[in-house]
Amino acid sequence: MNNIRKAVALISGGLDSMLAAKTIMAQGIHVEGINFYTGFCVEGHTHAIRNKDQAKPKRNNALWVAEQLGIKLHIIDIVEEYKQIVLKPKHGYGAHLNPCLDCKIFMVKKAREWMEENNFDFIITGEVIGQRPKSQRKVTMPIVAEQSGANERLLRPLCAKNLAPTLPEWEGWVQRELLHNFSGRSRTPQFALAKQFAIEDFAQPAGGCCFLTNEHYSAKLADLWKTRGKREYELDDIMLLKIGRHLRPAPHFKLIIGRDEGENNFLEGYRSQFVNLRPISHVGSLALIDGEPTAEDIYLAAQIVARYGAGRTENKVTIEVNSQGGATWPLEVTPMAANAILQQWYV
Amino acid sequence: MNIYQLDATRLICPMPVIKLQEKIKGLVAGDKVELVCNDRGVLHDIPAWCRVHGHAVEQIEQIGNTIKITVIVK
Repeated sequence: MNNIRKAVALISGGLDSMLAAKTIMAQGIHVEGINFYTGFCVEGHTHAIRNKDQAKPKRNNALWVAEQLGIKLHIIDIVEEYKQIVLKPKHGYGAHLNPCLDCKIFMVKKAREWMEENNFDFIITGEVIGQRPKSQRKVTMPIVAEQSGANERLLRPLCAKNLAPTLPEWEGWVQRELLHNFSGRSRTPQFALAKQFAIEDFAQPAGGCCFLTNEHYSAKLADLWKTRGKREYELDDIMLLKIGRHLRPAPHFKLIIGRDEGENNFLEGYRSQFVNLRPISHVGSLALIDGEPTAEDIYLAAQIVARYGAGRTENKVTIEVNSQGGATWPLEVTPMAANAILQQWYV
Repeated sequence: MNIYQLDATRLICPMPVIKLQEKIKGLVAGDKVELVCNDRGVLHDIPAWCRVHGHAVEQIEQIGNTIKITVIVK
């Protein structure tokens, strides 16, 4: 009879989940990773779209962690289901539009379902009491366990000694004394443990692993909801909020202007879905118009686009306009003066 | 052995990886999947995903912005 116990680890791609998995693997438990794609994930790739970020590693951090640990990683698309978490978080938002506690409950719930479907025994996360102001507090730890349905099958190896014993501990599948008692925002214990495991390379995204914790990103999402008059989104909407310069000269339309070749290439993939503009007489950026622009709006947009191109000081710049229907026409405009672009247009 | 086509054009990582993962679930050892996409992230992610799951990348072709990766199911 095979008595090896199996744990599914939530792998974000950061150091904490890596250490949690490693701690449990060191006790002879079979560990496989699970990673959830919400659409808001901060990926190496997303950053690498921009030219200035080309030198950054173009890797999926969760996959990279799995490879370092030598475990399988199951990446799950939860984009559709996740909308209810972003739109109606039961526990509210954090500093921005980040529904961190609801998010954690949801992900642990999905991990529990995966655990049950795949005959695994328990779930591990890299949570540390006091690490995050919204979701990782002593008072929220039991809420996550209960509302996810994981209950006693949820083990947090990095702070387990500060919490009540869980099923894997009282059944003797793992030794509690080999778990940890980390707490607070200090990263010193994690770095020490990483050194102990000879882990030298790990991702440390400055703003966390989710765009919803980013003030500017959340402002763009709030603007999208406000101007559409309804709180909803599609995957393309939230991808485009990550890219380009966003200017809204009027409530009914917004310009998304590529800031470099990398972003222009990314926006190319969306040209058929939006009225789009690009200078043809001078070097310049591709711009999409999100909304229902009139002919006057398109003229104004062309002047703005000309402002962000190499012809910004010229009297005339020719902009090619493309409609969603495939029609193309040139528009000759005078680039907008820098001081005519109002600060409040920037989203 | 069967060869399957998987169109992941316009999808950004990790979606091509997720599509491949879903496709391979129903296949048997020796089957091949020819994945077509244009996010350069797949150049790293598909081989990495194959390594952690024990599958093999047979070939990677790049023509302009189009990337074709052939994966052998193990």
